[in-house]
Amino acid sequence: MFDQMAHKASSWLTAEGDEAAVVLSSRIRLARNIRGFTFPPYADPETRGNIVHFVRSAIDKSKELETGAFVSSDDVTEMQRAFLIERHLISPEFMRDQNASGLYISPDEKIAIMVNEEDHVRIQSMSSGLSLMDTLNRAMRIDDDLANSLEFDYDTDFGFLTSCPTNVGTGLRASILIHLAGLVLTKEIDSVIDHINKLGLVVRGFYGEGTDVWGNLFQISNQTTLGRSELDITESLEKITRQIIEFENKSRDRLLTEARDEIADKIWRAYGILRHARVLTSEEVMNLLSAVRLGAALKILDMVSIATVNKLLILSQPAHLQRYMGVELSPGDRDIARAKLVRDTLAELP
Amino acid sequence: MLCEECRKQEATVHFSQMVNNQRVVMNLCGTCAKRRGFSNPLKNIPFPLSDFLTSMVSESATKVDGQLTELTCPVCKLSYDTFAKTGRLGCGNCFEAYRQPLADLLRKIHGSNLHRGKRLRGGALVMEPLKEEARLKDELKKAIEAEDFERAAQLRDMVKELQEKLQAVTDV
Repeated sequence: MFDQMAHKASSWLTAEGDEAAVVLSSRIRLARNIRGFTFPPYADPETRGNIVHFVRSAIDKSKELETGAFVSSDDVTEMQRAFLIERHLISPEFMRDQNASGLYISPDEKIAIMVNEEDHVRIQSMSSGLSLMDTLNRAMRIDDDLANSLEFDYDTDFGFLTSCPTNVGTGLRASILIHLAGLVLTKEIDSVIDHINKLGLVVRGFYGEGTDVWGNLFQISNQTTLGRSELDITESLEKITRQIIEFENKSRDRLLTEARDEIADKIWRAYGILRHARVLTSEEVMNLLSAVRLGAALKILDMVSIATVNKLLILSQPAHLQRYMGVELSPGDRDIARAKLVRDTLAELP
Repeated sequence: MLCEECRKQEATVHFSQMVNNQRVVMNLCGTCAKRRGFSNPLKNIPFPLSDFLTSMVSESATKVDGQLTELTCPVCKLSYDTFAKTGRLGCGNCFEAYRQPLADLLRKIHGSNLHRGKRLRGGALVMEPLKEEARLKDELKKAIEAEDFERAAQLRDMVKELQEKLQAVTDV
């Protein structure tokens, strides 16, 4: 399974769907626990083992989850775990020191279910582009399917009960991954982020909580989960996202009218380095790819598609690179291999 | 470390850049960094809620004159004290054991402590109203047969109200 995945990008990053020039992906996460069992942070190995068993049989019975793979934490190496994190299928903490956890992945990687993360069940649904409603509906169908076999912890006042009080109620986190290269270049990004925060949303870097901004990629999600319906939370994120896209597009237009040569130069230089460099670090690749992605979106670079850039964002990360090469590499060798992967991918293009 | 530009203030911004394949790091103070146009767009944003959580939990515990810290969930045996330290609850029953302090805490976090989203399907949530609906319909039929139309109208309204409630329970 891992070998097949190493050669292609996740299907939720194919640059298809609405607003794909700016929005990379939409994501919905639902947190659920099974009634009568201690939550994972405090559960003993036996309870954790039982939970994996229950959820696995519920997945087996589900029509929505008929095909796909279930990976147990016992069978996952540290390198494979890093690979799953890079693919955004699991959180950085998942399967780290605790055993008796598991992961379901659908064949198209649009659904991933973590068992025994912070909650017993974490349903994740992902789509390319801005497609929050479809992504929500898919997550809801899976939730219904699992609820046919599992009795979830629920309180009529508090809603769905979760280990962390910040997830109680709907257990829903709706988020989008967005490329705001224009707003960063025009230096308007600070005021836009300020505006987003005031609307009760959270902005993070590419890898979630506490991460730096690499490649001008931002994750935007809802902060609160209780007191509003799933539809309400998701619709409001979609509405605000459309507003941010408008800001981003305006800044891109302005760059084109006011500084066309400078922007084109920046984009072509980035492309030149990617096309010919012999050593590239992950951070440098992310930042150069950001410029090339902008170039593709603005039709300044017509030989590179946004889908290719998205693919390189995932495949150039350390664990993917090593799986792609089939050997473990030192950080220095990785930078050389990364430069080769990027050169080869860009050279393959017509 | 002092700012490399003004050499007066403490350097707080460490800006790194790739120049001719060499990593160049500049250590600047906030003022000089801003003047040169370097800034981290995420630096001023509030920390995620979970970082504030443990302090919020302890706060809601001390407010109730210390008695809370001695509370323990009878099912998973998690003490409120431990919850205040870790910010993670132990099991579904903790919500029963700490209902009042949690209701306060959830209101602080979410601005509300009443769920308005998807309801749990099946079980008592649906069964009880369904049984009530069957009973009312039965009574309505009898009222019509007895030509007690005033009572029938009343019952019809009750059925309608119950069905609306049921709809809300089963709707997403």
